[in-house]
Amino acid sequence: MTANPFERVVRGRQRDRGSSRDRESVTEWLSAAVGADDELPNGDRRRILRLFCAAAGAGLAGAAPSRRAFAAAGNSPLRIGLTPAFLHDQHGLLADWHAYMQQKLRRSVQFVQRDGYRETMDLLRLGQLDFAWICDYPFIHLRDQVRLLAVALYRGRPFYRSYLIVAGTDLHTSSLAQLKGTVFAYADPYSNTGYLAPRYALHRLGENPARFFRKTFFTYSHRKVIEAVAAGLAVAGAVDSYVWESLAVIEPAITRQTRIVSRSEEYGFPPFVAHVAVRSGDFEAMQRMLLGMSGDAEGAALLRRFNLGGFVPGDASLYEGVARMMRAFGEA
Amino acid sequence: MKSLFDLSFRYKIPLWGSFLIVTSAASVSGALMVRAYNDLRTDLFISADSLGRSLAKTLFPAMLHDNVWQAYEVVRAPVQQASAENPVQAEMVVALDGNRQVYVSSIPKVLPMLTEIRYVSVEFAEIARRIEEYRGRQTLAVDLPGSAHLYFVIPIADEQARLGSLVLVYSRAAFLDRFHQISIGAGMIAATVLAILLPINWYWGRRTAKPLVMLAERMGQIGRRVPEDLDPSLYAYGDELGRLFEAYGRMVEELREKSVLETEMVRSERLAAIGRLSAGIAHEINNPLAGMLTAINTFASHGSADPRTLKTVSLIERGLLQIQDTVAALLVEAKLTSRALAAQDIEDVRTLLEPEAHRKSLRFGWHGELGRSVELPATLVRQILINLLLNAIRAAASRVDCRVALRDDALELSVANDGEPLPLAVKERLFEPFTGTGSGHGLGLWVTYQIVQQLGGRIAAHPAQEGAMTRFEVKLPVPAPK
Repeated sequence: MTANPFERVVRGRQRDRGSSRDRESVTEWLSAAVGADDELPNGDRRRILRLFCAAAGAGLAGAAPSRRAFAAAGNSPLRIGLTPAFLHDQHGLLADWHAYMQQKLRRSVQFVQRDGYRETMDLLRLGQLDFAWICDYPFIHLRDQVRLLAVALYRGRPFYRSYLIVAGTDLHTSSLAQLKGTVFAYADPYSNTGYLAPRYALHRLGENPARFFRKTFFTYSHRKVIEAVAAGLAVAGAVDSYVWESLAVIEPAITRQTRIVSRSEEYGFPPFVAHVAVRSGDFEAMQRMLLGMSGDAEGAALLRRFNLGGFVPGDASLYEGVARMMRAFGEA
Repeated sequence: MKSLFDLSFRYKIPLWGSFLIVTSAASVSGALMVRAYNDLRTDLFISADSLGRSLAKTLFPAMLHDNVWQAYEVVRAPVQQASAENPVQAEMVVALDGNRQVYVSSIPKVLPMLTEIRYVSVEFAEIARRIEEYRGRQTLAVDLPGSAHLYFVIPIADEQARLGSLVLVYSRAAFLDRFHQISIGAGMIAATVLAILLPINWYWGRRTAKPLVMLAERMGQIGRRVPEDLDPSLYAYGDELGRLFEAYGRMVEELREKSVLETEMVRSERLAAIGRLSAGIAHEINNPLAGMLTAINTFASHGSADPRTLKTVSLIERGLLQIQDTVAALLVEAKLTSRALAAQDIEDVRTLLEPEAHRKSLRFGWHGELGRSVELPATLVRQILINLLLNAIRAAASRVDCRVALRDDALELSVANDGEPLPLAVKERLFEPFTGTGSGHGLGLWVTYQIVQQLGGRIAAHPAQEGAMTRFEVKLPVPAPK
C-alpha cells in the first residue's frame, strides 16, 4: 500500500461525491478502486472482485440492472457513438436497444449521441469511442483508425442510395440539372448520400458543385433535410434512402410533403465500426451480439422497429463506390 | 327639446335615471375598453420585445456561422408553439441579412430564403426603408396605417457587428379579435348591470313620481272645487315630499272649512235678506189689514145687514184673519217681553207632545232637564222646541230623541228623528219660508230660525248619514246667572 494519508483523504472525498457525479466519473472511480491498486494483497483483491460480482449478479437478477453493477463486470462501459446515419432521435427505441445490448453483452454500454459526423469522427480519432455507427464517407476517411464490425441489411441487402427530393408541390423538377441557382439542403459535410453523392452527380454533369446552387446549407441530419424541403426552406435536398423510407413509415405526414426526383446508384450501407484499439474479445462480443439480433425474438422486434433486416459482417469492398467518388474530388 | 322637459315626472324621472345609468355604464365600459386596448398593445409590445431580443441573441451566432438550419429552428420555434388563445402570438418571424434579404423565415413557402423584402409588398418595402434608416439597438415598432399586420424590428447585432434584423409579424386581426372578445365581455357586464339597474330605476322613478303626480293633479283642482284628499299611505316618509303631503292635507282641511263657512255665510245672508223683505211686506200688509178688520168689526156690530151680506162679510173676515195669521208668522217678533224660562216650561213641552208621538207609535226619548230657570224668553224657547219636535214626529219612522242641556254659557237643544234623510233640494233651502216637505205650511223652521237669530243663537241641521239620525241642534247663548 502506498500509505499516503493525504491521497487517501482525497480519494475518500471523491467517494463521498460519487453519487452526484456523472456516469463516466463513477466508472473511473470504480475501475480505480478495483483494478488500479496492484499493491492490494491478492486475497483482498479477490474479495473485492467477488463483492462486485455479487452486486452484478444481484443487478442482473433485478428487472432494471444498475449501471454500477455492469460497470463492475468489465473494466469500463463500452462507448458506442450514434450518428444521424439512421434515425438516431427515436429515443424510446434507443433506450430499448441499449437495455438489450447491456443484457446481451452483460456489461455496461454507453451511447454517445452526436449531431454531425464530425464530432463522432473526432471522438473516434481521440479514442473516446469504442464503437460507432457512422456513414460510409467517414468510414473511408477513418479507415486507418477503425475496423468494419457489421453492416445492416436494408431490404435484405447491405445497400442504400441517395434520394434527391423536392417539395411535394414542386411537380416540374425532374432532374438535378434543373435545380441550378436554387437553395439546396445537404445533410452533413461527412455524409455520403447527403453530400458526397449529390456533389458527385453534379461533377458528372460537368458542373462545379460549389457554384451550381445559389445557396446551400447543412442540417446535420437526414431527417432535417426532409423537414427543410417539406417546409420550403430549401428547394431541394439530398437524403439517405433508408432514413427517408423509414420516416415514411413512422411519420408519413412529413415525407408526404416531399417528392423523390431521382435515386442514386447503390452504396454500401452505413457501417458499424470498431476502433482499432478495441480488444478482440470486445470486438467479437459486440459483433456476435449484432449478428445475433435477427436470431432472437427481442432483437428481431428491435430490428423491425429500425426498419432493418439484421446485421452481417460485411466487407470493406462494399464501400469502393464511395472511395471512387472521393477520389473524383481528390479526397481519398 | 322643451317638450322633453315638459314631460310628466312619471316619465321624466325614470328617463333621466335611465339616461344617467346608461351614460355611466357606457362611459365606464368605454374607459375600460380603452384601457384594455392600451394594455393589449403594451402587452404585445413587451411580448414582442422580449421574444425578439431572445431570438435575435440566439440568431446572432447562427447567422454569424451561416447555420441556416439552426436559424430556421430558432425562428420557427415561436410560431410552432402557437396557441389559439394567445393574442400576442407572432404570425411570422423573419430574419433579414445586412442587405435586407430574407436570411430565413418561419414560413419559407411565403418568404423563401434570399428574397429581397422590398419587392415583397408595399409594407415590407416600407419596413426595409425604416430598417435602412434605423441605427438604434432597441425594438422598433412599425404600425402602418391600414395594414393588417403589426411589425416589430429587432436588430441582430452585438456591440461591434450588425448582421441583420429580425422582423416579428403580428396579425392585427388576432389582436383585434382578442380586443373584441374583451369588448364583448365588458359589454355583457354592462348589459347585466343595466338589466339590474334599469328596472330598479324605473320602479323607483315611478314610485317617486306617483305622489308628485297625484299632488299636482289635486293642486290643479284648487280654484274649481275643494280638491280630494290624498291617501297618506301613498307616501309615508318624512322627507320633503312627505312634508308636502302633510301640508297638502292641512291645506285641503282648511279649504274645506273655508268652503263650509262661505256656504253658511251665503245662506245666512240670504235668510237675513228674506227676513228683512218679509218683515217689510208684513208691516205693509199689517196696517191696511188692521184697518180692514176694524172696518168689518164695526160693520158687523151695527147688525143691520141682511143674512147674505153678513155671510159675505164673515167670509172676508175669516180670510183677512188668515192673512193676519200668516203675516204674524212671517213677522217673528221677539221683542215682546216674556218671563224667564223655567224647568217646568220644558216639562210642559214634553207633556204636550208625548201623546202626539205615542199616537204615531214612536219611541220618544227625552234626555236632560233644565234644573234651574234661565234668563231666556220662555215662550220663544218653548216655540223653538215645539216646532222642532213637531217636525221630528212628523218625519220620524219609529223614534224621536230630544236632548236638553244647560251649559255655563249656553242652552243646547237637540232634536233627532230616524225618518228619511232630508232631500238635497230641501236641505239647501232648509230655513227659508214655504219650503216644507209638503205637509205643513213650511213656516215652522223659518219661524224657528228667526227666533234663534233674534236670540243671538245658532241653529244647524245635521242630515242623517251612516246610521245617525237627522238632527237639528240649537245653541242659545245664556246670560251668566246673577
